[in-house]
Amino acid sequence: MRIGTARSSYRHDEALFDSRTQHAWLAILAVALIGFPFLADEYWLYLACLVAINIASTTGLNILTGYTGLVSLGQAAFMGIGAYTVAALEQKLGAPVLLNLLAGGFVAMLGGLVVGLPSLRVKGLYLAIATIAASVVLHFVFANWHAVTGGHAGITLVPAEILGLSFDTSFRLYWLFVPITILMVAGAANLFRTRIGRAFIAIRDRDISAEVLGIPLLRYKLLSFGLSSFYAGVAGGMWAYFFRVVTPESFPLILSIFFLAAVIVGGMGTILGAILGAVFMTMVPEALKLVVGWLPLSADATLILSPVRTIVFGVLIVGFLVFEPLGLQEIWRRIRRFFHLWPFRA
Amino acid sequence: MSLEFDWLFLAEIMLAGLGAGGLYALTGLAFVMIYKATRVVNLAIGEMLMIGAYLCFGLATAMNLPMWLAILVAVIGSGGAGALLERVAIRPMLGESPIAVFMVTVGLASILVGVVELIWTSEPRRLPEFMPATPVMIGEAFVPSKVFYGFLVAAVLIGVALAVFRFWRGGVALRATASDQQAAYSMGIDVPKVFSLSWTVAAMIAAIAGVIVGAVGGISSTMGVFGLSVLVVVIVGGLDSVLGALVAGLLIGVVESLAGGFLGGEYKLLATFLILIVVLLVRPYGLFGTHEIERL
Repeated sequence: MRIGTARSSYRHDEALFDSRTQHAWLAILAVALIGFPFLADEYWLYLACLVAINIASTTGLNILTGYTGLVSLGQAAFMGIGAYTVAALEQKLGAPVLLNLLAGGFVAMLGGLVVGLPSLRVKGLYLAIATIAASVVLHFVFANWHAVTGGHAGITLVPAEILGLSFDTSFRLYWLFVPITILMVAGAANLFRTRIGRAFIAIRDRDISAEVLGIPLLRYKLLSFGLSSFYAGVAGGMWAYFFRVVTPESFPLILSIFFLAAVIVGGMGTILGAILGAVFMTMVPEALKLVVGWLPLSADATLILSPVRTIVFGVLIVGFLVFEPLGLQEIWRRIRRFFHLWPFRA
Repeated sequence: MSLEFDWLFLAEIMLAGLGAGGLYALTGLAFVMIYKATRVVNLAIGEMLMIGAYLCFGLATAMNLPMWLAILVAVIGSGGAGALLERVAIRPMLGESPIAVFMVTVGLASILVGVVELIWTSEPRRLPEFMPATPVMIGEAFVPSKVFYGFLVAAVLIGVALAVFRFWRGGVALRATASDQQAAYSMGIDVPKVFSLSWTVAAMIAAIAGVIVGAVGGISSTMGVFGLSVLVVVIVGGLDSVLGALVAGLLIGVVESLAGGFLGGEYKLLATFLILIVVLLVRPYGLFGTHEIERL
């Protein structure tokens, strides 16, 4: 907490951002987000859209894993539900885009509840493995329910269209995805100032104690599962509009591991952590591409890129867990603290 | 379609399933050993299998070692790798939450896959043939020789491993550590060394299983998927039960084979995981696992 921010009202005390400095930085961030698409080229806009999608999904997983303490390796499968819902609605009915995204979220939420209901008999590692089982079953459904999912060939989409404006470039999708993601992140941040969010945290810290305190465990765990799947579903919907082709192989187990890794690397149980983790994990492969490109390897540079990426992915997970268990968010906090106290304390 | 049921087909599928189940049981044993001694749920078990198989492949093809020597060196090398992994990545996580350690093994799995792809590329390879090629007939049923001998090796190894745990000093230390870490410490057992030992031995067992799996189905960098089925095996059997791993290994092997034979290949994993869901619902601690009671 900053020095010199005396609170004179409860309203002020409860505010998400409570100091002038924070407001100033937020304003700068907003200007940067609005200005970015006009300055960046196609490649950076593509990355920005991907980052927005990943932030949405990671924030969802963070609600479940970081705040409620339920580890899930099914996030990608729930994204798949969202993506297929959006793709099917778009292709078969041509329903409006925003409605599709919302429907994707709700259908994924339903899926999350169906998976969550039996899975919540177990917790900890068993739950993680139960969610792996759920993703295997969902993958099977995606691949074999031909009527809706189109089997292995999947579904191909036309670009999203709102009021006659076609969202066919990253530049245009940026204006669709970034506001949605901001809305979702803000929603998550506010969630943890309500009874529901506090109940989630109590469950994470000690579920039996939480139950003793009068929190109905099953209901709240299910709620957390549902919310997290909703986020995944909307993110999956955006994914569908972004890549415009949805196949069963689009959402493999490794993608679920990616999101869990993003939550861990960013810092479990913080809003900022999920954002930092998603940005970092999305950007690292791109940075690697640059580095491998610079190396004097010429011909087989692309050949070693994929294995190196896999290794770095693993090293990041292990490294953060061993050396920085609180994640990037903690590094960020340390840096901030340094500047707050500077020059009085180095 | 004839009404007559093809019993011979069923028998052959069951036998093939038992063959695969033997390998599941063997790998499950390696998994349970690590879990009992160190309480680590090791998702990288499939990748440890893969490392063993690839080491053997590399030694046999690039260095032209005879197959038996290649297998021997690969097993010892894998043991070393297992000890190294434990020392570098698992030991520092002592006392952390089980989930964190679990994620470390997920990271390790990714690193191992990357290393294999970097050295041997992601193309599927074939291990040199080293098992007798004449198929075995049990009654009228036809069993591919590799499956039969693979099962035989797995069964013998499991027997040896069980005997070792029962009678060898190190095995006793391992069991003591598994049942009560504090007590084991105070009786003068070097617990960190037991940790290291369990990872080494488990990696060696996994390497042998890997060589057999590779001989039967070829090796590739996606071999680690085998580990997913093994995960189901140990959960169904009970994480800390050797007997459970053996029974569940055979069970899952047969069920997978039946699903694959009668319904089609894509149903294999589905059947396995449906069993897992049912077991988690009815007996979350597995068929023979310890039911832990949670206290505040």
